[in-house]
Amino acid sequence: MDKWKDNKAWFFVLPVFMIVAFSAIIPLMTVVNYSIQDIFGPGQRVFVGTEWFKEVLSDTRLHDALWRQFLFSGLVLLIEMPLGVLIALMMPKKGWAASVSLVLIALPLLIPWNVIGTIWIIFTRPDIGLFGAAVNSLGIGFDHTASSLDAWITLMFMEVWHWTPLVALLAYAGLRAIPEAYFQAAKIDGASTWATFWYIQLPKMRGVLTIALLLRFMDSFLIYAEPFVLTGGGPGNSTTFLSIYLVKVAVGQFDLGPAAAFSLVYYLIILLVCWFFYQVLQNVGKGETS
Amino acid sequence: MAKITLDKVAHSYIANPKDESDYALRLIDNIWDDGGAYALLGPSGCGKTTLLNIISGLLTPSNGRVLFDGKDITHLPPEKRNIAQVFQFPVLYDTMTVFENLAFPLKNRGFNREDIKERVLEVAKILDLTDSLNKKAARLSADAKQKISLGRGLVRKDVAAILFDEPLTVIDPHLKWQLRGKLKEVHEQSKLTFIYVTHDQVEALTFADKVIVMYEGAIVQIGTPQELFENPSHRFVGYFIGSPGMNFLPCTLEGNKAMVNGVGIELDDATAALGEESHGSIELGIRPLYLEVHPEQVETSVPAQVKSIEDQGNYKIITVSLSGNILRARLPEGREVFSEKAWLKFPKPWIRLYANDKLLTRQ
Repeated sequence: MDKWKDNKAWFFVLPVFMIVAFSAIIPLMTVVNYSIQDIFGPGQRVFVGTEWFKEVLSDTRLHDALWRQFLFSGLVLLIEMPLGVLIALMMPKKGWAASVSLVLIALPLLIPWNVIGTIWIIFTRPDIGLFGAAVNSLGIGFDHTASSLDAWITLMFMEVWHWTPLVALLAYAGLRAIPEAYFQAAKIDGASTWATFWYIQLPKMRGVLTIALLLRFMDSFLIYAEPFVLTGGGPGNSTTFLSIYLVKVAVGQFDLGPAAAFSLVYYLIILLVCWFFYQVLQNVGKGETS
Repeated sequence: MAKITLDKVAHSYIANPKDESDYALRLIDNIWDDGGAYALLGPSGCGKTTLLNIISGLLTPSNGRVLFDGKDITHLPPEKRNIAQVFQFPVLYDTMTVFENLAFPLKNRGFNREDIKERVLEVAKILDLTDSLNKKAARLSADAKQKISLGRGLVRKDVAAILFDEPLTVIDPHLKWQLRGKLKEVHEQSKLTFIYVTHDQVEALTFADKVIVMYEGAIVQIGTPQELFENPSHRFVGYFIGSPGMNFLPCTLEGNKAMVNGVGIELDDATAALGEESHGSIELGIRPLYLEVHPEQVETSVPAQVKSIEDQGNYKIITVSLSGNILRARLPEGREVFSEKAWLKFPKPWIRLYANDKLLTRQ
């Protein structure tokens, strides 16, 4: 088939291009713009080059927020990945029970994120919360507004409750895709349940677990609504994560320059870590021809 | 080594089967001798994989018992039976090397490292896998992978039977011959019972000493390839075995002749007598190989119309119509070209009569 010289097909791409341009490319370029200029007011802007970047990268409060964020994402992955896989292993394989359990598991994913924050605030309140009151009545002083540790515990519970179902659903799909013959062969070979898991199920879930890992890392690294509603970043700044700090800087202090600069750095950090995870996972147990 | 007995085994996948059609496997009463090479041959859905899984223990039959050397093992799980199974597509542990794959069944059973190593090297030698032992199993070609699956069965000294579920399905055609030869070699060396499930008659007939033909959940005939070819005991066996399958002509008997729409075909006395004694509708069966087609009238031949001739390379298949019935015959190489008419001769020793799909025979 010869190529048409006058290719009108490009016009069909135009609407998509316009939408992507307005919703993604132009805003991104605006951020880049802000990150290299100092804006005093409309029409008053000075090119400052890399000054905002230098300022932002030496900001100790930002460093604290960054470590907090890594700790948070690290804990999230450490807890949610194994827990999600465990739940998926325990879910029924077929029949009506499978459908029911899938729906039940998915319910936390459907709730608006700030509503989740609100649910957990009330749940853990020492005076009227089901959990908070129960724990306090046992004599353990639990107050997420006063103690940083309690705030973190509440935060972790909330996060795990909210997002483990995603890992479980992905792992469940991965497990269902494994042909029955593998399990039959394992039975004949006398493999224990653990060996069947370690040598058959886990390797065959590599694709879905990579997706789950990347999704959970990115989302937890960007987290905003739930911790903000729950603790507002407090007590003090013990739960001030990167995005919360960034919003404080950009909207609270109206320091658009440093905020924009950090947004770009933020983006690069996520990209780098994701690339790293992806490379590692693709190469674990490498050897498959297809 | 074990004699495998199936005692009135039947299986239904439905909880409360009501009649015969609910059963995937109908009544099977069969003994498999120690060390034999058997093929389970039949079309898709005839129950051969169900039967194989019952023998290996992956499936517990809804009726009947399975015995190994007289011992009832119907409810014994697969790992406790002395069997191994090779599946349709290569089933391997992708994260392990070839050595580790072969060692796996022994490791799970608690053998020590020295014994494992010795046994794995032995089996690798038999299967020509010695050079690949340290490679990741997932990297090998499909036929090597199937050899590894076989190896996992051979590596266990207590194994009495190896079951194969259409193992050559994913192998390239030019490698199938090699692998088939290898299987036969291994069978002769190991003297284990090999049970081989397939829907490919060429595989079954070249591999097995005895072929078990299955149809719709029942065993239809057990016999050597020659017996199945020359004396198919069921219409289905006649049709399924042989390429092309057996020709069948509905007929009625008149004295010593089988009448097909007014055309008479002579039978020998014994066959005619069998026909007389039978009940139900009768069909005359003859294999394309034995049906003679002549360009001119010869004695005892009947006229027919030539429909087509297909060249298969070293022989031709001629399709003719006899009083509205389509027949096929093999023409040997070098036969002259035919006009529209041909003369069919039905050699008496090769005529078989079937009543209600069953071979009429003096037994």
